[in-house]
Amino acid sequence: MKTNRILIAGFGGQGVLFAGKFLAYKGLCEGRQLSWLPSYGPEMRGGTANCSVILSDEPIGSPIITTPDTLIAMNLPSLDKYEAATVPGGQIYVDSTLIGRKVARGDVSVFYIPATQMASDAGLTTLANMIIVGKVIRESGVCAWEGIEDALKKVVSARHQDLLGANLKALEMGYNFEG
Amino acid sequence: MAEKVLMKGNEAIAEAAIRCGCRHYFGYPITPQTEIAAYMAKRMPKIGGTFLQAESEVAAINMVIGAASAGVRVMTSSSSPGISLKSEGLSYMAGCDLPALVVNVQRGGPGLGGIQPSQSDYFQATRGGGHGDYHMIVLAPASVQEMASLTAKAFDLADKYRMTSMILADGTMGQMMEPVELSEGEVKPIEKPWAASGTQMAREHNIINSLSLVPEELEKLNFARYEKYKAVVENETMYEEYMMDDADICVVAFGIAARVSKNAVLAAREAGIRAGMIRPITLWPFPAAPVKAAAAHCKSFISVELNMGQMIEDVRLASECARPAYLCNRVGGMIPSPEQVLEKIKEINGGVQ
Repeated sequence: MKTNRILIAGFGGQGVLFAGKFLAYKGLCEGRQLSWLPSYGPEMRGGTANCSVILSDEPIGSPIITTPDTLIAMNLPSLDKYEAATVPGGQIYVDSTLIGRKVARGDVSVFYIPATQMASDAGLTTLANMIIVGKVIRESGVCAWEGIEDALKKVVSARHQDLLGANLKALEMGYNFEG
Repeated sequence: MAEKVLMKGNEAIAEAAIRCGCRHYFGYPITPQTEIAAYMAKRMPKIGGTFLQAESEVAAINMVIGAASAGVRVMTSSSSPGISLKSEGLSYMAGCDLPALVVNVQRGGPGLGGIQPSQSDYFQATRGGGHGDYHMIVLAPASVQEMASLTAKAFDLADKYRMTSMILADGTMGQMMEPVELSEGEVKPIEKPWAASGTQMAREHNIINSLSLVPEELEKLNFARYEKYKAVVENETMYEEYMMDDADICVVAFGIAARVSKNAVLAAREAGIRAGMIRPITLWPFPAAPVKAAAAHCKSFISVELNMGQMIEDVRLASECARPAYLCNRVGGMIPSPEQVLEKIKEINGGVQ
């Protein structure tokens, strides 16, 4: 029995909710139990936004994550807020373009990905979120790499299917990122 | 079996309503339920339905009264402050015995309060809300799947008993996404011979009205309505029991509080404490029988709520205070954590040994 508690946090506009939705749809495609819970309200417009995704092999109780086993921090306030909450032995993914400091804890695995820079260099400016998700899939085993395209097709809205390729590329960049 | 899709709780309510024949929606936007109105605005024009954003909540509920009087399936939705505005209409609908669905995706109060989840409208929902002697059927979903299935149930019950049904959800249930399987929605046409839908010059006029100036007659109407309520209590009470067979401590919780409590009950069992949970699915009628039965073998009750202690009164009434009932709560938009509920279970378990 495996349960993954993934907390994604950053500024509104960084695609925090979208990244969570992608993982949720991937879980759905894999036939797992899942919940996706966003922060909602004024903070979505420019302030901090976060979303909790739980993927599990058994029915999910509370959809709220107080202690994530996987934390994706896309800005400094998010790392400051959730670093201490991450479970010992858990994983923290840091967008090192936007977060200058290192993770202070020694009992978690940390991955620094200059995702915003990588996205910008590749002309995928809004897809730092998916670059990090690619790395998460590689390192965490929250879901399989196989079938990512099926999940992407579900989460990218019908009128934006032209963005499938860019999202796929971002995921691959993260997946292949060594660091 | 239909395909499982991912939907927000609010969207699941809207889609389920459409699938069971609701073609009339009147509302006014308010966080955290605006997705219901947005979904209806998008879909209703495409299927020959009516979506209308009223000038206020008061206007919306009165439009619901009009459509319900004409015998069609109709709904409105709002969040706490908006439901207060609709409460006069809810009383009139009870007085007219009109079936409709009203959704309350609760947020913290009182007053304008906040926009984060809450369960502090329990009293308002289960005791009526507006003036006069009346009840609504109140359903409390605890998953996105139930947001959909209880919406269909709410319409059926409303039509069956000529009552207003309310879905009492909260911001979490409205905003979260989970896989949901939507039924194809077999719409059973329900005869409404009482409706003001045109006489075709073939019958007397149907009059739908809540004014009754002769006390003897108004008394009769009230007595008859409560006979109907008795049938609802007997036939329609719904609840879920979790690990209750040998429970020493009975947690009572609904909606998001039940989801959190399930984790805590499981953790308590792992710690060797025999905890169990009763989850009311109908808040009115409240599942009094299982709570009373639990009092025979449980040492105490814990009511877990996102309010200052409202359902706990029904727990005490149902158990006839045979066992102590303790409150475990957060308010103002805060949600109890599984750890907080577990702590309470441990504390009470220690206290009664």
